[in-house]
Amino acid sequence: MPERARGEHGPRDLRLVGLRKAFGSAVAVDDLSLTVPAGSFFALLGPSGCGKTTTLRMVAGLETPTAGQVLLGDEDITARRPYERPVNTVFQSYALFPHLSVEENVAFGLRRRGRKNVQGVVAEMLAMVELAGFGRRRPGQLSGGQQQRVAVARALINEPEVLLLDEPLGALDLKLRRQMQLELKRIQTEVGSTFVHVTHDQEEAMTMADTIAVMNSGLVEQLGSPRELYERPATRYVANFLGQSNCLDGSVVGIQGDETLVEVHGVRLLVPGRLGSPGAAASFGVRPEKALALPWDPALPADAAGRDAALRNAVPGTVTDVSFTGLSTQYVVRTAWGQELGVFTQNAGGEAPLQRGDAVVVAWRPEHTFPLAPSTTAPPGGEPDAPALGPAVPPTMAPLGS
Amino acid sequence: MTAVLSAPVLTTEPADEPPIPPARRRVPYLLLLPGLLWLAVFFVVPLLTLVSTSLQTGSLEEGYALTFNWSIYGHVWTTYGSQLLRSLVYAGSATVLALVIGYPLAYAIALKAGRWRNLMLILVVAPFFTSFLLRTLAWKIVLADDGWVVGALQSVGLLSDTGRLLATPAAVVLGLTYNFLPFMVLPLYASLEKMDPLLLEAAGDLHATPMTAFRTVTWPLSLPGVVAGTLLTFIPAAGDFVNVQFLGTPNSQMIGNVIESRFLTVLDYPAAAALSITVMVGVMLLVLAYVRRVGARELL
Repeated sequence: MPERARGEHGPRDLRLVGLRKAFGSAVAVDDLSLTVPAGSFFALLGPSGCGKTTTLRMVAGLETPTAGQVLLGDEDITARRPYERPVNTVFQSYALFPHLSVEENVAFGLRRRGRKNVQGVVAEMLAMVELAGFGRRRPGQLSGGQQQRVAVARALINEPEVLLLDEPLGALDLKLRRQMQLELKRIQTEVGSTFVHVTHDQEEAMTMADTIAVMNSGLVEQLGSPRELYERPATRYVANFLGQSNCLDGSVVGIQGDETLVEVHGVRLLVPGRLGSPGAAASFGVRPEKALALPWDPALPADAAGRDAALRNAVPGTVTDVSFTGLSTQYVVRTAWGQELGVFTQNAGGEAPLQRGDAVVVAWRPEHTFPLAPSTTAPPGGEPDAPALGPAVPPTMAPLGS
Repeated sequence: MTAVLSAPVLTTEPADEPPIPPARRRVPYLLLLPGLLWLAVFFVVPLLTLVSTSLQTGSLEEGYALTFNWSIYGHVWTTYGSQLLRSLVYAGSATVLALVIGYPLAYAIALKAGRWRNLMLILVVAPFFTSFLLRTLAWKIVLADDGWVVGALQSVGLLSDTGRLLATPAAVVLGLTYNFLPFMVLPLYASLEKMDPLLLEAAGDLHATPMTAFRTVTWPLSLPGVVAGTLLTFIPAAGDFVNVQFLGTPNSQMIGNVIESRFLTVLDYPAAAALSITVMVGVMLLVLAYVRRVGARELL
């Protein structure tokens, strides 16, 4: 059995090249290529059924790809059996061995590779996941959070080049999940292995990962740091899967310097970058917390609402819903053409809140606008397990801008 | 019996719970009543009768009297020791054979059969739809000297030209194996089916080869089934007399045949009773030792 190779090779990137997996006629993963830099905390984010778990299982060797390669550095490990890969997995349901003590569970991988005198290492590992003193118990005698940490220890003790985490926090309650998120991040920093984390929870992905790949229908929609994905989502799907967005569709009027002027139902708005020649269709979005709702007298032109000169984009409308969440006030504004836009106003105090029925302009800076590629996939409007980034919003707002 | 002892525990509530109305407190006892009555009438009373019979002396003509003749136990032990030993050896061989055949079968049904699972389970118990005697008689035909099994074995040289299967110890062991195989397969299936297949993936992920994964995960987790299956095969096989009668010879008798002939033919009731009790106690001690050793954690 090949000994774990980190020492021999130095840190190696995990590379997926043209990876594809079909179950019969159903394509779970479609021509996926990406590189996970050595030592990074990488998240595969997407709704259930998007192919993320299948991708993970192909890296672990538990599924055989229909086509494509899994590489560590330049070494092709596609054909290696799971037990021959320097990769270990933390399973969603932990899959702890019920007939073995916690110690024996953690020591399992080392024993299989013929290591003797494992007590010391096991004790160290249990201490790292804060389970010192639990070694003699059976998994059934532990709480969910403790079992989860045993599963992490059992995988990490093998010093894998890549640790795969398959929705590892899914079974935990919210408070424990938050705690374990920070814990896992700490452990990853400590051991320096590459972590590949599969999750459908965008907040979890953003909290923990250096790099996130948003997957949808077997494809990677966008890859980047949490901040990049949030500030510059490339597609409507990403814009709505990570947090919420107001998405607008219009046509290009012309290029003005570095910005494109786009007309949306008669309202002219500026979008950074060059979106195309005049007449071309253009889509873009803005985050609800980047927009302001300003009181406005409909007798005056929209431009006349008193506002900061930088807020050059403005869409008139009527407030149709107001909800106060403590942290912020969330408004739904209906535009003249019937689209509902969300506006989150931070509760800094001072301003008198708007009322339902008030005429407003929704205004934002052009530089906060992000152009959207025409999405090939449906927006995740009805996705039940895509939690909102902010506090709960009224259901009318769920598919913002759709 | 433990069920009887622990029954009152069912109604024991923490101190701060409101008291249970007396009518409801009686429910566990009422549920146990039919079973207890059955056991008393058909097990405890006959068992005591059996013990008392074994200690009587006399004859059918003069009548029997309870004389506490304990020496009968020494007598049957020395007289029928070889049949006792043979019973254990035959039953043990049949149990091992049933495990060797039954484990892969149960494994395949539990983990590999997919949608054929139920059909295969039905096939396992299908022999039960015909009578035990008929099935054993059928084996007599299958293993007959002019039957195709003997012919085939002779033609490939596994059996000499005058060799036979019927009336050999092998035939008895094969018959026992066949008759009690479902008792081995079903508990094995139940314990293997309960196992989370993800555990095997986890073992593979943790550098265990498929063989090691079987040895360290599947086998230990199926031990309760192994223990139950071997007991359910061994205990009835040790007391069986039908297979020897049909497939064996008079000089390869098992203890069941001796008891049967003592009771029904020779009418030597005390010896037959003493033998029955010897077998019962002997098997019970063996089972206890076995369960202690193999399945202590899972069963006790």
